[in-house]
Amino acid sequence: MATIEISCVEVWREISNYLDEEISPEMRERMEAHFKACAHCTAILDGTRNVVGLVGDGRVFRMPDGFSNRLYKKLQKLL
Amino acid sequence: MQGEMEDLGLHAKMSMTQSQLRADEAKLIKSVCAGEREAFYELVRPYERMIYATAISVAKNPADAEEIAQEAVLKAFSHLCGFRGESKFSTWLVQITYNEAKMRLKKARRHLHESIDDQQQSEDGDFWPRDYADWRPIPSELLEQNEIRQAVQDAINSLSPGYRETLVLRDVQHLSVKETSAILGISEPAVKTRLHRARLLLRDRLAPGIDGFWTKGQPYRKARAW
Repeated sequence: MATIEISCVEVWREISNYLDEEISPEMRERMEAHFKACAHCTAILDGTRNVVGLVGDGRVFRMPDGFSNRLYKKLQKLL
Repeated sequence: MQGEMEDLGLHAKMSMTQSQLRADEAKLIKSVCAGEREAFYELVRPYERMIYATAISVAKNPADAEEIAQEAVLKAFSHLCGFRGESKFSTWLVQITYNEAKMRLKKARRHLHESIDDQQQSEDGDFWPRDYADWRPIPSELLEQNEIRQAVQDAINSLSPGYRETLVLRDVQHLSVKETSAILGISEPAVKTRLHRARLLLRDRLAPGIDGFWTKGQPYRKARAW
């Protein structure tokens, strides 16, 4: 059965759900067929995936130096 | 078939680890409430970064985030014996931190006569990407560079509060849609919409810099001034 074509706007609308695997198998198939033919949408998909990887990396929100010590000193007073 | 079995095995192992963690935490909570107050250190230590990241997602600056985190931990201690285990302990901590951060922000804004709602971006209509910069996979060592980490933080800070908080809870803290919806007090579809927009906005703001200018040693501001 042929995959039904899908527009770029429809692809953008679902990119996040695509990355989170929260779309139907039919929609996934349509989007994958679109990515094969559309360099713009593939660039957006790759970039969005990179964003998720970057912000999910623990190093982005590094705690300030001495954070733990100061926190426990404060807590110590209460304990 | 074998892949499916491995997935099931991994899933079972993860659920096991999760239930073991919940049991261990429940034991520690019981100890603290029975008077062994020092056990609270052990309970909170694994979640320090999570607490800090939640605080900074609202406060945006490290000094305020640290104060909020400290206050949230003190509040968590004071209310610990009222924790009923209806959510994960970590989610409960994030909720306390988020509430504390929001409360402070409201106080500060009242002082400045500003409304938080003024800064909300519209969630209606489709999102149109600003450009189609091709972004090759970035080596994770790049995140060792302060400049890159700062650029990512700046990009996150440039999002409106609703987008930023949703992104941090979902993509930084890895909370589920359901947990995020409960913490932010918004519907699950709203969580998905905000997350989607936050990710696409970040891509728009980061892609040209990361792929072109930063890796060639030029300041990212020349690529895109946000």
